Amino acid sequence: MIIILLAGMIVCAVACIVLGNLVKAGVAMAATSAILSIVMFILKAPLAAAFELSVCAGLIPVIFMSTISMINVKSKEEIEEMKKERKKRFFLFPVFLIILGAVVLAVMWPHIVDFSSSYIIPAFTRNVRDILWNSRQIDLLGQIIIILAGVFGVIIFFKESVEE
Amino acid sequence: MSLLFVIFIISVVLIFAIGIYSLLVTHNLMRILISIEILTKGVTLLLIVAGYISKNMAMAQAYVITVIIIEVVLMAVATGLVLGLFRANGTLDTRKMNR
Repeated sequence: MIIILLAGMIVCAVACIVLGNLVKAGVAMAATSAILSIVMFILKAPLAAAFELSVCAGLIPVIFMSTISMINVKSKEEIEEMKKERKKRFFLFPVFLIILGAVVLAVMWPHIVDFSSSYIIPAFTRNVRDILWNSRQIDLLGQIIIILAGVFGVIIFFKESVEE
Repeated sequence: MSLLFVIFIISVVLIFAIGIYSLLVTHNLMRILISIEILTKGVTLLLIVAGYISKNMAMAQAYVITVIIIEVVLMAVATGLVLGLFRANGTLDTRKMNR
């Protein structure tokens, strides 16, 4: 089951970059997030899965679609030209995938074996809320600051566009 | 080391490679954002797998929630930037923005 889900996730990720239409690419990205959230549920991470499903498979594609809808549509000739160019770009994709995958695995493999054999900690009884509120308050503070920074950033962009 | 763990690690590496290749070959700003999103998916999956293997899922979930929040703020600001650049230049192609 989980192997099928991982294969589906990889197929959706490839579709994200190969599909010419940006809307279709956005939908493929949402599908990748949805499959990742199912994998998280299976690996017993329900809270993170709920976040992933609602934010990454829901909110981010909406932001993408709204941005794409504000961008002008290209002419048919331009689209045909882009399609030809895209085919050339992905010619080396399988070769790159195999070479980079082999290099990364060769470099990481000893560390992965170490991690899987020696870093196993006895079952934890603490839950996510306990960790977030008691052990990692600095993370929460950082998250609040990042959200505020994002809100101010978006406000500034919209302010500039209104002035134009 | 279980076979499932190996499959997870290979999947993470593949997803990461897909994101990096897309970042290298694309010139469209929206596609660059999609590539960053794919890279983040790889990181999220790796964090969850690491938590599952080390039996410390609560900590992994806390990290994943932090990553997701950073990701959504990054996307909101980056799409605003892309929109502003499109209005200023009339294109999303990075090769035509050198003026």
